[in-house]
Amino acid sequence: MSASSTAKAPAFVATTKAGRVTDFVDARVGGSGILREFGRKVFPDHWSFMFGEVALYSFVILLLSGTFLTFFFDPSMAHTNYDGSYVPLKGVEMSVAYSSSLDISFDVRGGLFMRQVHHWSALLFVASIAVHMLRVFFTGAFRKPREMNWVVGGVLLILAMAAGFTGYSLPDDLLSGNGLRIIDGVMKSIPVIGTYASFFFFGGEFPGYAVIGRLYMLHILLVPALILLMIVLHLFMVVVHKHTQYPGPGRNDGNVVGYPLGPVYAAKAGGFFFIVFGVIALMAAFFTINPIWNYGPYDPSPVSAGTQPDWYIGFVDGALRLMPGVIGDFHFEYVIFGYTLSLNVLLPALVPAGILFTVMFMYPWIESWITKDNREHHVLDRPRNAPTRTAIGVAGFVWYCVMWAAAGSDLIATHFYVSLNDVTYWLRALFFIGPIIAFIVAKRVALALQRKDREIALHGRETGRIVRLPHGEFIEVHAPLDEYKRYKLVGFESPAPLPAVPNDHGIVTRKEKQRAFLSKWFFEDRVAPATPAELEAAHGHHAHPAVEAAEESKSLSH
Amino acid sequence: MGNHSDGSPNHSGTVATAGQNEVEKFQDPGLPPHRLRLADTDPKAAKRAERQVALLFGTSVVGTLIFLVAYFAIDLGEGAGIATIRLQNALLGVGTAFAMLGIGTGIVHWAKALMPDHEVSEERHAIRTEDDRQAAVRIVDDIVDETGIKRRPLIRNTLLGAVALAPLPALAIFGDLGPRPDRKLAHTMWAPVDGQLKRLTRDPDGTPIRASDVTLGSAFHVIPEGLNDLHEGKLNEKAKAVVLLMRLDPASLNPSEGREDWGYNGIVAYSKICTHVGCPVALYEQQTHHLLCPCHQSTFDLTQECKVIFGPASRPLPQLPIAVDDEGYLVATSDFKEPVGPSYWERDEHERIINS
Ligand code: HEM
Ligand code: FES
Repeated sequence: MSASSTAKAPAFVATTKAGRVTDFVDARVGGSGILREFGRKVFPDHWSFMFGEVALYSFVILLLSGTFLTFFFDPSMAHTNYDGSYVPLKGVEMSVAYSSSLDISFDVRGGLFMRQVHHWSALLFVASIAVHMLRVFFTGAFRKPREMNWVVGGVLLILAMAAGFTGYSLPDDLLSGNGLRIIDGVMKSIPVIGTYASFFFFGGEFPGYAVIGRLYMLHILLVPALILLMIVLHLFMVVVHKHTQYPGPGRNDGNVVGYPLGPVYAAKAGGFFFIVFGVIALMAAFFTINPIWNYGPYDPSPVSAGTQPDWYIGFVDGALRLMPGVIGDFHFEYVIFGYTLSLNVLLPALVPAGILFTVMFMYPWIESWITKDNREHHVLDRPRNAPTRTAIGVAGFVWYCVMWAAAGSDLIATHFYVSLNDVTYWLRALFFIGPIIAFIVAKRVALALQRKDREIALHGRETGRIVRLPHGEFIEVHAPLDEYKRYKLVGFESPAPLPAVPNDHGIVTRKEKQRAFLSKWFFEDRVAPATPAELEAAHGHHAHPAVEAAEESKSLSH
Repeated sequence: MGNHSDGSPNHSGTVATAGQNEVEKFQDPGLPPHRLRLADTDPKAAKRAERQVALLFGTSVVGTLIFLVAYFAIDLGEGAGIATIRLQNALLGVGTAFAMLGIGTGIVHWAKALMPDHEVSEERHAIRTEDDRQAAVRIVDDIVDETGIKRRPLIRNTLLGAVALAPLPALAIFGDLGPRPDRKLAHTMWAPVDGQLKRLTRDPDGTPIRASDVTLGSAFHVIPEGLNDLHEGKLNEKAKAVVLLMRLDPASLNPSEGREDWGYNGIVAYSKICTHVGCPVALYEQQTHHLLCPCHQSTFDLTQECKVIFGPASRPLPQLPIAVDDEGYLVATSDFKEPVGPSYWERDEHERIINS
């Protein structure tokens, strides 16, 4: 039967070489459906969509460089006397882990380069995830249907920090050992199980002989595997949802505007991988990161001042620094029922990070509960067009930055010649008022930018060209916008507060009242987009539509 | 102000009401017209872009060569100093950077200048059709219904109980990750062995310290006698036993009751392990008699028995009672009278046991 059908319809024959290869593969393993679906799939393009890509690429580079390191690294904590080619440490007693990290740096050709590439891409990995999340937050890309992907992204951020911390601890140098010391202290502050947790983690008393081997397994197997799994989930959902796009003419929730995957988008994205790799290689070439040979092997006794953890752990360390151990006569460590509770450690280690991550994970649902917005969103918000959300984000960001700055309080003090205690007092105050100020300022700035948009949409762009009218008045010429540019400024929604509504039983519940209150707080201050009628009025008002009186626009912008 | 509004909420036209959607809005003008690039219209410009792309790919080849030369031509054998390694590292990096950036910028330039840059618009399809959605909900309901789990609470509850308990072995099996803490944290190496008091020795070489070596204003980093002879567990013991030894004017020390004989002629010894989370308290400010922990800046005042005067620590540094033996060397008269280092849940219990 099949023979007869082939006889009837002449078979499709690929004519080009690439076509024949495609056909060959497809005939054996299938996949034409996938290619048909994705080969020309449209991807929106914007510079801010790049951060996710940077994260992905730095992860690939981490896998490559990390695998190289595993061939030479030995996670044993047994004692040894160094016998490598770095002269200042010759004969010094140290762990095998530290000694093998030194060997990677000094006796394996390209080993130092690989360590530097690995460490720099680790820093870039976490940084790009963080910036990517900020982008997603401020543009509202986490809204329906992408809430779950926001959560997956949050998990990725936590895993990335875990990967970084476990890796940072591996070389067993003085700094990383001190980092583990702090972890030990924090673990011990956990009520009831803390001492056990620490003994189980370190395989006995700190530092013991087990922890590096355990961290190694977490670092090269468990955590990367989880990250990979999450990345697959993340990208799968990106494909299912299709990418969001920035607002603009021709873009709406029903379409995707951009470049087809093949060839332009794929070429740009693929080329970008090499660029990220190249930039990391440059940093590895010229900026030494983690020169473990300067720190010496871990020893519980010495420590050098001014040492810092990797940047992404900084905010927790900063929180630890900000917490006072004693206020007046009140000690945050006290005894209850004969047991010791160290709130001076427990609170700063858990509470700020806990709040940040809880609010982060729940935010999509918090916002949609307040706004009752249950629609799908594929067009992004410009941050200014969602002033309250933007202000919340900035407040959280500033809170994080205060803690982060606190991790460098000693550096701030020595750098600016101020007293360390004063820096701490200021930062303690900022810990509480910083986010509030940030909220207010960010919201005002967003509203001001919205007003400026209105202004430009209605009266045109300032050209900087001053002309003198016949009767002596000076005016600045305003150039009208074309309709595409104007649409970008006016094509957004500006929802109003939603008052409380009774439920099915006709009762306005307390929760609903709270929601209405928050809705008011959320949407009360707002600037509506300019309308055609307003544009009409603005133009009719003036003798020459393109010219605005400078005097007047000044009085408008107060 | 006239008719036009500045957008502040108290001006007309800015506060859209809830029925805003009925208010007339600007119509979407659609995609802006496509603009041709120079290379689209001018064959010369296209040719130029082509050559630029090829040049970038060429740089990549040069980068690869630099890498290979740096790898094979620079020898890291014995005697190669840190300068050689840095040079090799820099060249390997530069080589890789050229190799990668050449390819990367080449491809991107190619895409931007020569590949079609028409923005296209594609329909977004619903993630699932209304039909599918209803079917899915129905199917799940049917499945749940057919198991009968709602009608048979006995099955449901026993299953829940079994599933809740089943992970316990998976937790229990990790029981050998570490030993039980018992009272290990309560003791350090300073405890006298068979009545033999331990001498205070210098960190790291382990030479004993005479009281007369400790001049006014000086500070010593101290480890217990015998620490360096340990092999297994040396760092564990060191992490608890390190001590700072200082000599102050005896008049400036204000020992509390029962602690008067814990020092010797103004020489006092305090645990060096911070009571915050355990970093070594390494900085001694001679002028002020403060000890500062570099990790989170907890500050302890020697003249007040190392009370916390600043920072996140909440408890004074434990003091090691010391005296002088018949040869003039400093010795510890007993172990610390309380657990050293970061606090832990059983700490108070241990302190009571030590002192009973
Ligand atoms: C998933 C993200 C990863 C992050 C964020 C990360 C981060 C780090 C960091 C910061 C270090 C310390 C580097 C230094 O010595 O300065 C490190 C060390 C190390 N990493 Fe990773 N890493 C990741 C994945 C991997 C993978 C997948 C492997 C192996 C397959 C790996 C293998 C190693 C090894 C062997 C070391 C110790 C080598 C040394 O310190 O000299 N890493 N990692
Ligand atoms: S460990 Fe000393 S202040 Fe934190």
